[in-house]
Amino acid sequence: MANIISDETIEYVGILAKLELSDAEKEQAKSDMGRMLDYIDKLGELDTTGVEPMSHVFPVHNVFREDVVTNGDTRQQLLANAPEQKDGMFTVPRTFE
Amino acid sequence: MRITDMTAVELAAAIRSGTTTAVEAAEAMLDRIEKLDQTYHCYVTVDREKTLAQAKEVQSKIEAGELDGPLAGVPVAIKDNMCTEGMLTTCSSKILGNFVPMYTAEAVLNLQRAGAVILGKTNMDEFAMGSTTETSAYGVTKNPWNTEHVPGGSSGGSAAAVAAGECFYALGSDTGGSIRQPASYCGTVGMKPTYGTVSRYGLIAYGSSLDQIGPLTRDVTDCAAVLEAISSHDEKDSTSIERSDTDFMSALKDDVSGMRIGIPRDYFGDGLDGEVKDAVLKAADGLAKKGAVVEQFDLSLTEYAIPAYYTIAAAEASSNLERFDGIKYGYRTEDYAGLHNMYKKTRSEGFGQEVKRRIMLGSFVLSSGYYDAYYLKALRVKALIKQAFDDAFSKYDVILGPVAPTTAPKLGSSLADPIKMYLGDIYTIAVNLAGLPAISLPCGADKNGLPIGLQLIGDCFQEKRLIQTAYTYEKLRGAFPAAVKEVG
Repeated sequence: MANIISDETIEYVGILAKLELSDAEKEQAKSDMGRMLDYIDKLGELDTTGVEPMSHVFPVHNVFREDVVTNGDTRQQLLANAPEQKDGMFTVPRTFE
Repeated sequence: MRITDMTAVELAAAIRSGTTTAVEAAEAMLDRIEKLDQTYHCYVTVDREKTLAQAKEVQSKIEAGELDGPLAGVPVAIKDNMCTEGMLTTCSSKILGNFVPMYTAEAVLNLQRAGAVILGKTNMDEFAMGSTTETSAYGVTKNPWNTEHVPGGSSGGSAAAVAAGECFYALGSDTGGSIRQPASYCGTVGMKPTYGTVSRYGLIAYGSSLDQIGPLTRDVTDCAAVLEAISSHDEKDSTSIERSDTDFMSALKDDVSGMRIGIPRDYFGDGLDGEVKDAVLKAADGLAKKGAVVEQFDLSLTEYAIPAYYTIAAAEASSNLERFDGIKYGYRTEDYAGLHNMYKKTRSEGFGQEVKRRIMLGSFVLSSGYYDAYYLKALRVKALIKQAFDDAFSKYDVILGPVAPTTAPKLGSSLADPIKMYLGDIYTIAVNLAGLPAISLPCGADKNGLPIGLQLIGDCFQEKRLIQTAYTYEKLRGAFPAAVKEVG
């Protein structure tokens, strides 16, 4: 395997991805990601000098519309899906003491 | 003819003529689901009362003359990644196990405006990530042709429901082949339209620049009718495209004379099963005899589509799935210490293994230091792949090939080796990168009786050529047998 994923990299990716992995999952993830990157490295065979990155197939830029409210007050329906709510707001864990 | 054996367009005609009603059709189909779904498990959610209430409402509108379209009154199954107001929408994930949307996806609304009655929500690979429907948190779906085999994925529940006759037609979504490959494995018709043709509003995003909703149907006529109904320009989807040529049923013509069909040699190399190859080439011969001009050519870059796709799809997935944080909707972990720990534990417990694998890969390729080398490189390769298709479509109207290298694999044989599973997407994935339309339709069966799919790929906005070619082939082939025959 050409790409060796270090413990630090997996820790860092875990932070970016907001995932908490067990030790066994970390080992599996290191191996999976290494193999996948080996495979993706195949793209390096292609000379892409001067080729613009294509995010969208059609040249659609800056699609604007008037900012008009079309829906009514849906706060109660929205909150109905929340794991916890209080006084018409989402409840989150305490973030500072 | 039994109601449940009719195509969608046939059923709507029968309802219009008064020989049956939307309510009778819904009842017949709900009864059939009750009998069969323990075996095939196509559905995550079925709500009999809601379905019958919709059917009654639709029937009264038909009788009042307010609804008279080609799909009015026909029950439909919806893949469980499309939001349906008041009906559970899980994406086959634990993290959305209790999510009841407060609005309906635009494509589904378009169907409802055309008089569709929603039967329920179909099983899928979790967040549409997978090729077998085995990554669902709610159990595996079985292939109706042989229950030891997978139905394909990620729209496996939708394809299996059509094949088992547990719905008249279904909606699926296709990010890298997720409509066409399960259609191929299940012996149904499946179509991925040109990117931007169908609104993605209310479709729970996986790879936003690749995702497109499309029909899974019993035949090409139904496919054209459904595509016509769901296509629309939608201000709520900034990638939605305004088109005036969405009268797809007008392309149902038995005629391919002069149609230039190209067969990419790259799609017939190592890894393609011999029986699949023979069936696909036989279909091409048939079209040539009907007057199409068929020749082989080199498409090029085929082996680069999969690595480019998985880089882009994983990057977009990692960003799109950030929203599942245990605050606004869905699952929240029981025990946690503070906000960040709650996020991490919620997501780690709520997502399955394949989803986590792709989120991590996506986070990595987008991270500082790797963004240029991986993500931008993949977008540059995407531009080259699009160029290769542009060159091909300067010579051909339609590209013809297989949908997948093999017929449906056995349950449990795919997930252990993800890269091997990803290689199964080799003929479908480039279509999404290039934003093209493509249709899959059955063209035979292997020695075990499992269906083989034929894929037709068109240039952007050329769905009509695909429908015309597919319709002509379907006439030539004759009726494709049903997977499940005995049950009422």
